[in-house]
Amino acid sequence: MTRYVLMRLVQGVITVWFIATVTFFVMHSIPGNPLLNEKAVSDQVQEQLEKKYGLDKPVIVQYGIYMWNMIRGDFGLSFKQEERPVNKIIAERFPVSAILGILAIVIAGMGGILWGALTALYRNRWPDVVIIILVILGISVPSFVFATVGQLGIVVANRMLGFELLPVAGWGTIWHMLVPALVLGLGTMAFLTRLMRTSMLEIVNADYIRTARSKGVPVAQIFAKHQFRNAILPVVTVLGPSIAAITTGGFVVENVFAIPGLGRTFVEAVQQSDYTVIMGTTVFYGAFLVLMVIVVDLVYALIDPRVRLQ
Amino acid sequence: MVDTVQAPKSSVSTSSVWQLVKYIFLAFTLMLLLLTCLHFVTLGLGIGTESNAAVDFESNSITLNLGSEPPQLNSTRSTDMVSGQILGHVMEGLIRYGPNNEILPGIATSWDISELTGTFYLREDAYWSNGTPVTAHDFVFAWQTAVDPETKSQYAFILYPLKNAEAIKSEIMAVEELGATALNDYTLQVELEQPTPYFIKLLAFFTYLPINREFYESTEGRYGTNAEDLIYNGPFVISKWQHGSRLRLEKNHTYWNKDETRLDAIDFGYILSDPTATINLFATEKIVMAGLQAENIERALANGWPIKEHVDGSVFYLGFNHREERPTSNRNLRKAIQMVCDQEELVFKVLKTPGNRPGESIFPVWLKGVEGFFRDEYPAPKHERNIELAKQYLNNALNELGLSEPPRLMFLTGDSEFSTKHAEYYQNLLKQNLGIEVRIDQQIFQQRLEKMTSGDYDIVAAGWGPDYDDVLTFGDLFTSWNANNRGLFKNDELDQNVQIAQQSSDPRTRMEAMDRVQHILYEEAAIIVEYERGSSYVADDRVQGVTRRAVGTDPDFTRAYLVKPETE
Repeated sequence: MTRYVLMRLVQGVITVWFIATVTFFVMHSIPGNPLLNEKAVSDQVQEQLEKKYGLDKPVIVQYGIYMWNMIRGDFGLSFKQEERPVNKIIAERFPVSAILGILAIVIAGMGGILWGALTALYRNRWPDVVIIILVILGISVPSFVFATVGQLGIVVANRMLGFELLPVAGWGTIWHMLVPALVLGLGTMAFLTRLMRTSMLEIVNADYIRTARSKGVPVAQIFAKHQFRNAILPVVTVLGPSIAAITTGGFVVENVFAIPGLGRTFVEAVQQSDYTVIMGTTVFYGAFLVLMVIVVDLVYALIDPRVRLQ
Repeated sequence: MVDTVQAPKSSVSTSSVWQLVKYIFLAFTLMLLLLTCLHFVTLGLGIGTESNAAVDFESNSITLNLGSEPPQLNSTRSTDMVSGQILGHVMEGLIRYGPNNEILPGIATSWDISELTGTFYLREDAYWSNGTPVTAHDFVFAWQTAVDPETKSQYAFILYPLKNAEAIKSEIMAVEELGATALNDYTLQVELEQPTPYFIKLLAFFTYLPINREFYESTEGRYGTNAEDLIYNGPFVISKWQHGSRLRLEKNHTYWNKDETRLDAIDFGYILSDPTATINLFATEKIVMAGLQAENIERALANGWPIKEHVDGSVFYLGFNHREERPTSNRNLRKAIQMVCDQEELVFKVLKTPGNRPGESIFPVWLKGVEGFFRDEYPAPKHERNIELAKQYLNNALNELGLSEPPRLMFLTGDSEFSTKHAEYYQNLLKQNLGIEVRIDQQIFQQRLEKMTSGDYDIVAAGWGPDYDDVLTFGDLFTSWNANNRGLFKNDELDQNVQIAQQSSDPRTRMEAMDRVQHILYEEAAIIVEYERGSSYVADDRVQGVTRRAVGTDPDFTRAYLVKPETE
């Protein structure tokens, strides 16, 4: 077990290193650099700037310096939010994205599993049909549409009620989080619903279910102990990558609801060629994703005793 | 409950559904628990916006949205408008602009400016928010810091009228050589490199703001990065700055002119760039002002909100690449393109953004001339679309270039939806009227700048916003020595006229020179001026005394006050 975890961690470090390296070189090969400004500066000033930030050195040397600093846990200073350490920016912004992400994934996970189970129980009857139509909508409609519609919904609701039911945007209390988290989780919820439904239906005809039935085990117990628990397994598998996707993919939602999260920081950094912030957030996200996948594998073993970690 | 009867296969087992309902109930409970936990975690982290009302009479404050986090509040290094807006509220230079854009005494109470020197007499009742007095040394220190090559300021050029400033920036001289000296704590003497008739107008710009040396050095390089890493000498102080979510300004009680500040707090409660979300905040009375985009106009009208317009001062134009190897270096080709353009069609039928004004000259209408407005005194070159003439120009161009068919042109532009629509309009226009194929190259901001600088384009959609309130802020844009002349346009007569305007102290001579510049730009089709940008916005009537400007702090709430609506 320990050996397995260690192995996975080593693999994870290599993956993160690979992500960092590719990002670094791709980023530097794109035309434009963070020092360019709308108002042009003379060549001499440009040189002064490049020297200060070490951009005058060959890319491979810059890469070496960057990696050395990164190993020591220093992501450098932001180019655009000048003099602010990237470590600090991540430390400020990530908790926000994480809180939103946790809530979204819980909504998505619970919703997905329960709706999925429901559709499987009511297979081919009206609840099934209605939910599946919603699922198709949930998968195909992009999140910025949900975000805008969700926000407009709050505006209309507040207007009609005459008092503030939920805040339109901002961050700080639980009320600020509900709609953004729901919007963020919708896509994943739809996807998980479909997965859970398929998984449930596959299991209905499994041998062990038939055995249980012939033994005379109560239906509710079959559902709870055999069908539901087994059906959840594939859902848990995709939960890992989903957690990372949701936590990191919140850009649109963060933007519409004025949430100071890391997803927004990341996209803005890319738009502004803020090298150090791009690298910092990419490496951080990469490490986070790798970690989540490992955690999910471990959880898998807890849920399903047949899986032994080797 | 024991269900002993085997349910028929096709029907739904109620007991299973019951089981599921139990799960749902469980999930719901867990959810509530989680929400409570997260709630306290968020509160504990102390990040977030308070849901204040747009206008709060009790605390005499307003709430606003800020388009982005201010990137740089170290005034020697700021470059952007958001930082400029905040600095304009919390800092004060030698002068400041009043509600009608007139020059008002700031930290300086009076001044004498002659051709090459200036003396500023500073008030003795101006203090920084930490209690230390604002002195002439603070200006000398800030200006020296801005031109110091070590500071790497991108706006140091705005200090170049000061004697030796450029030489210091170019590492030829030491910073102490700068033409700014504190004769005593409250007298500042300035020497100029050459006569600069518009020098006084530069002083309102943020690079000219004072900085207290002792405090600056105590921050160890963090000056301006956090609320506590700044001291203030303006109408407001930053009392709270949560990066990315909130910036709160409160009345500065050490400000010398604090009686003129009527609001107790300005809360930038949201940092949000999405236009529709901003309107939603306005609709629910969370903020007092919101910009309107074309898609939101209808909604504003339907709600009966008062729509206001504002000229933001910028001029947008198509820039040509004048590098020799590019077809656009041919004057006849440029003239041909100029002749098919119709700015009114562009502004009213294509862009349809309310507030925009068809462009006629690089000098926008609000610039001051000799006595009144420059454009009233010196009208812009007359332009009318003329397809026939355009075709003649094109034929001449093809002969000169030795081509049998029109060249393909690369149109460099931004990555927004607006840019697409704009570029496609020209693609169509040039194809239909002149048979010129246009390839649209959409790039994000930094890449676009890179391509503009290296000359990888034929036509670029560009714009220019003013730095100071004088014709030269636009006039010197296409001189051969200006690094912003990224298309490398070169015209000796234009260069000479700009030099005249830079050095002459006679307003009429200066304006005549600038009149030549607007005509040269048109005759040579160096650029095609498209429109002067305007914007529309909605604003809460309960807030009065807000100043909108083309140059400087905009919008300016320093003198804003609240008015209680009359009860019905």
